[in-house]
Formats: sequence, structure tokens, C-alpha cells
Amino acid sequence: MTALAALIRRDIRIALRIGGGALIGVLFFLTVVVLMPFAVGPDLALLTRLGPAILWLGALLASLLTLDRLFTADHEDGSLDLIVMSRTPLELACAAKALAHWLAAGLPLVIATPVLGLLLNLDATATGAVALTLLAGTPALTFIGMIGAALAVTMSRGGLLLAVLVLPLSIPVLIFGVAASQAAIVGPLPFGAPFSILCALSLVSFVIGPFAAATSLRNGLD
Amino acid sequence: MSLIDLANPTRFLALTARLLPWLALVTVVLLAAGLYLSALAPDDYQQGATVKIMFIHVPNAWLSMFVWGVMSLASLGTLVWRHPLADVAAKAAAPIGASFTFLALLTGSLWGRPMWGTYWEWDARLTSVLILFLMYLGLMALWRAVEDPTRAARAAAVLTLVGAINLPIIKFSVDWWNTLHQPASVMRMGGPALDKSFLIPLLVMAIGFSFLFVTLHVAAMRNEILRRRVRSLQMMQARAYTGSAPASGATGPIVGAA
Repeated sequence: MTALAALIRRDIRIALRIGGGALIGVLFFLTVVVLMPFAVGPDLALLTRLGPAILWLGALLASLLTLDRLFTADHEDGSLDLIVMSRTPLELACAAKALAHWLAAGLPLVIATPVLGLLLNLDATATGAVALTLLAGTPALTFIGMIGAALAVTMSRGGLLLAVLVLPLSIPVLIFGVAASQAAIVGPLPFGAPFSILCALSLVSFVIGPFAAATSLRNGLD
Repeated sequence: MSLIDLANPTRFLALTARLLPWLALVTVVLLAAGLYLSALAPDDYQQGATVKIMFIHVPNAWLSMFVWGVMSLASLGTLVWRHPLADVAAKAAAPIGASFTFLALLTGSLWGRPMWGTYWEWDARLTSVLILFLMYLGLMALWRAVEDPTRAARAAAVLTLVGAINLPIIKFSVDWWNTLHQPASVMRMGGPALDKSFLIPLLVMAIGFSFLFVTLHVAAMRNEILRRRVRSLQMMQARAYTGSAPASGATGPIVGAA
């Protein structure tokens, strides 16, 4: 347990310091949201209507962008081999690494959402709904993406492949994230149903992700 | 001959060499009979002659999912028993499955044009088949991205199994998304049960296409086994060349290169 806590602390520290680049995700998120009005026009009513979808797409792409750092840096300096060989089960180590990655790269996206909601003319309810669904949904994006990151870590052109492999798998998260936000803003569906499914997706990916990632890491590194 | 014997690549090659012509023959006969029956089937009272696209479309759509199931079983073989023949089976199935999925999308689109008035409708079924197609392409990209076949097989096996778990979730969520965004505006077959005059040609075509898959799969597996043998021969040759190079100078012997 102390080993896992140490791993989480180390990963967060690396991510937040020079060379980690976790906060670049937030910058990318901001840039995507700023670009949207240039594409669809400065119509505030339209932006209000599209707001939750834009925020969700931006968060999805931003979390994808930082994913290839999850294992690559450790693979480059050799510490990934030590993690694989250590006595801590690799599945737990993967889960800890993904958790640290979410805390360093996923949670900042959720925190940035209220500010970005202002840019898109979202009211307090809408912003709160999007932030809450992102809080429930981004762990699923990280844990699903971890599988792709583990598959791509040993490949030379892994980054692009990662996006191609992970995006189809994250469609359910996007659907229920946007559906729950819309349900909270305009109805007519109750907020609870899609939101519960979103939480369920996060929990399921928390179970599947570490096992699949550990399997592909073991196979990829030997 | 037990199943274990069949798992030996050499025995597999010998057996399938005898089996393949018969499989091809059965496929041709079934497809010919199916096409003949389809041509004889009556026109639908609403859809006219376009209903006959169904006889191609439905078997392709069915096989697009079936092939992923075959790959998932093969992936279990790869991860649990680490058997090379399972790797070969999974790799050979992916392009065939992608082709079936593409044909299902294409025929569905051609069918949609006269029926729905558009080539593409964001209908739940169409959308989930499109996502399935994307996943096939991603899987094939993964196979090509790793050079060593054994490692590529294990990586692809993980992705195939994750996909097998995720595909029902994606299907369910796309259904949800579809009912949320648009009311059921799409005409569907099978409100009334399918008439016997359509059912029999459809079944014959479905069995014919399944045999087509088995034939193509076995042929592709044979090709893949032979390709791997060629690859390992080339590796051995390269190793022999570099190994003997310091001793015998730059013009090392390439004996047995044939």
C-alpha cells in the first residue's frame, strides 16, 4: 500500500513539474473551446445550446492528448521495467498510475470547466451539470485510454495509433456525459438515469482497464 | 485426428490443402443457389425490387459481428495457451471481418437511398456498425504497427477482447443516444414477421456467406503461415550471413538461399 501511495505521489510530482506537461492538457482544452466560436459563429444562443457538447469534446481530446505520457516517460528512463519487475502486482501499479494521471491531468480539466462555461454563455446550472458529469466521466476516459497507452508504449508511432484505438471505445462515455448534461439543462429526461450509467462506465473501466493494461505491458516489454 | 493434432501448423496445412477445394465448392454452390432463389423471390409490396438488397446486406451484417466473435476466441487462445495458430487465425480474420462490415455498410447505404431518401442516416444500427468498422481498422493498424508477429498478436488479442466487452456497451449507448436525439422515424423490416418467400433465400445466402468466410479464413490462415515461414527463413539467412561475415570476409556465403 505504501508502495502504491509512493507511486501516486511520484507520478503527480513528475506531472506537475518541468517536463511532466500535465497542465498542457488544460491549455489545449482552453484552446479548443476558444476555437469553437470561430467555427460556428459568435451567436451566443447557439453557443449556449452547443456548450455542453463543446466542453465534452474538448475534455475528451485534451485527456487523449496527455495519455501517451502515462507510460512513455517511464519507458524511456527505464523505471517502467522496474515497476513491471517489482513485487507490487502490475495491475495495482497500473491502477495507481492511472489514478495519479487522472489527478494531475483529468481533475484540472474539471476545475477549468466553470471558467470555460462563461466563455460559452452557460448559466450556473448548466456549468455545474457539465462539471459534475466531467467529474464522473473523465476517470472512465483515463482508464480506457490507459489500455491504448499500454499498447502503444513500445511502438515508434504510438501516439497516433493510441488515438485511433481509444476514441471508438470512449464513445459511450461521450454519449452519456452529454446526455446527462442536457438532461440537467433542458430535460425532459431525469438527470439520474444517464448520470448513473456514466458512473457505472467509470467503475467498469476501473476494473477492466488495469487488467488489460497490465497484460499488454507484460507482453510488450518482454 | 484430435483437435490438438490440428493445432500443429504443418498438420493444419496438410489437412486444409485437402479440405479447401471442397469448402470452395460448397460456397459456390450455396451462393449460386442463394442468388437464384433471391432472384426468384417476389418483390415487396412496399419496397419493390430493392428488398432484394437484403439478401446480400443481412448476411454481411451478421458476419461482421460473427467474425469479431471468432477473433475473440482466437485471442483467448493467444493469451491463455500462447498458440501460434491462434495468432494466425486472429490476424487472418481481421481484414475479412472489415470487408464484411464495409459491405454491410455499403449495401445498407445503397438500400437507404431509395427507402429513406438518403445515403446515410444516423440510425442506431448504422452507427454501431460504423463504429465496429472503425474498430476493425484500428485493430488492423495495430497488427501492422508491431514488427514482431508474436508481440503484435498479444497486443491485438488484448484489444480484441477489450473490444468484445465494449461492443455491447457501445451498441447499448448508441441505441440510447438515438432514441434521445430523434424519434423512430426510420422504417424497419420485421414489423410483421418475415414471409417464408423471403426467409428461405435469406437463410441460404446466410449459410453461403458463412461458408465463404470459412473458406477465405482458412485460405488466409494458410497464406499467413507460409508468410511467417518465409519470414523466419529470411531471418535465419540474415543471421547466418552476419554470423559468418567476420570470418569469410565481405562476400559471405548465402548457401541454401533458395
